[in-house]
Amino acid sequence: MLSVKNLHAAVEDKEILKGLSLEVPAGEVHAIMGPNGAGKSTLSYVLTGREGYEVTAGSATLDGEDLLALEPNERAAKGVFLSFQYPLEIPGVPALTFIRTALNAQRKARGEDEISAPEFLKLARTKAAELKIDFDMMKRALNVGFSGGEKKRMEILQMAMLSPRFLILDETDSGLDIDALRIVADGVNAMRGPDRAMLVITHYQRLLDYIKPDRVHVLSAGRIVASGGPELALELEREGYDKYARAA
Amino acid sequence: MSVALAIRARDASALPGKRDEDWRWTDLRGLIRQVPDPSAPYVGDPPPGPFDAIEADAVHILANGGRAEIDVPAGQLRTVRLRIAAQGAGAHASQVEVRVREGATLRLLESHDSDDASLAHTAFDFHLAAGASVERIVVADDHPEAVNVTQAEVRITSGGQFAQNVFTTGARRQRLETGVHHPGQGAIVRLDGVYLLEGKAHADLTTIVTHAGRDGRTEQLTKGVVRDQARGVFQGRIVVAEGADGTDARMGHHALIVSDRAEVDAKPELEIYADDVSCAHGNTVGALDEDALFYARQRGIPEAEARAMLTEAFVGEVVDRVAFAPARDVAAAWVAARLRGA
Repeated sequence: MLSVKNLHAAVEDKEILKGLSLEVPAGEVHAIMGPNGAGKSTLSYVLTGREGYEVTAGSATLDGEDLLALEPNERAAKGVFLSFQYPLEIPGVPALTFIRTALNAQRKARGEDEISAPEFLKLARTKAAELKIDFDMMKRALNVGFSGGEKKRMEILQMAMLSPRFLILDETDSGLDIDALRIVADGVNAMRGPDRAMLVITHYQRLLDYIKPDRVHVLSAGRIVASGGPELALELEREGYDKYARAA
Repeated sequence: MSVALAIRARDASALPGKRDEDWRWTDLRGLIRQVPDPSAPYVGDPPPGPFDAIEADAVHILANGGRAEIDVPAGQLRTVRLRIAAQGAGAHASQVEVRVREGATLRLLESHDSDDASLAHTAFDFHLAAGASVERIVVADDHPEAVNVTQAEVRITSGGQFAQNVFTTGARRQRLETGVHHPGQGAIVRLDGVYLLEGKAHADLTTIVTHAGRDGRTEQLTKGVVRDQARGVFQGRIVVAEGADGTDARMGHHALIVSDRAEVDAKPELEIYADDVSCAHGNTVGALDEDALFYARQRGIPEAEARAMLTEAFVGEVVDRVAFAPARDVAAAWVAARLRGA
């Protein structure tokens, strides 16, 4: 699925990723943990093609296809989805309109027909109910005036409706209370499957109690400095990142 | 200085220019050396207008000048279409007198168009009796070489309501000016505008609201999008006279600048001579939010479509304030066509 090799990336000429390599096979959930400033969010933006993040060396491919050569919307149509740490407010665009526009744009890019209005509404109602989102909220401008927890649930709702193949969750647990965290985690876990892979970026181990990873990687100073099973997350929670910061 | 006088007397020196403080961004005197010959009579019918599909009680057409009178009897509701059309490159002036009697309501669907480098002026006089209500919706689709000035004087009586929405693509020089005598006493004024400018278009939305009595409310929201070398001008003055306590006035002007060479000049002014008032104004000029743009693109929406969607939403806030639903639909379609066509 995702294959990242020796990735170097800079923001405003400052190198943030310094030779990052990572393999996430289909069907697996990998967690990226690391101290603040390690490059976690940079990795998510480089993979999704945000402007201002310059790749200076290395490669990132999804099922063998070069992601770095594609526009952000083309990557999305290939199935890359980023759940933002801080979801943006989109004044004047109802959530339903936004999601429908996105879904149809992705379908068009893949040469598929647009989704019909009744089919879309049915899908939206079903997914909103699963994530305990009041359907009336879907008619309001996306994320405008939503609480932190509501915004995160709206991210997962978009994810469920767009049905991506490769999911990146950037600090999805930040700002969530335990109940909201459980709802969000259930939504994410429902998407696990043999044809999908996920990258869960988090500073804290807590989220990984709910979304259990197959592998855990430690990102420090722009590189993966350690990898292991789920037990690695528990070790980090106990002992902190100090020893990896020194190793880097 | 008067545009109407300059046209009638064929005297360019009577045109307002940059030495007039209120006209310094719309300098007609510097632009027009000589007033063109008077417009010839209009040949044929004006082209289709934006409000043609809305059923109206009366239709007035001012073609290359003329005078129209609109009078709504007490207690009645009227929807009136007003076409102000210019043909050729001549100069002409028009007058419109609007009387809305006690408790009556007027929906005025006004449109301007021109097909050449004409110089046109239209003077409006609105008289609103007690409890009378007007919603004026203006769509201006002028020729890029035209010069078009529209000036309205609005007098409201207690309990009256005057709401205005202007939608324009500008002209070589274009000014839509509205002066409101606000009596307070529960009267409500709303003055909104949208300007979508490209090429070398120039649009000037100027409003002057004078609160003369207690407990008046004024709300203003103007939004603009300027591309290429276009120039948007917003001048909004709210005067609260001595004794006009309890006034509640809010003014907002927000513009998106899409190119390096486009320009927006804004002058929001609050002149307050009363003690107990609530006045606020907000003015922003900037670019589209790049973070929101990336967010939309990450969800799969191509850049051009994402820009159009966000820009339409930015302007949509003003469109949504049009109360008369059929006119709101026309305005929404007008905005969408101009933004998506660009």
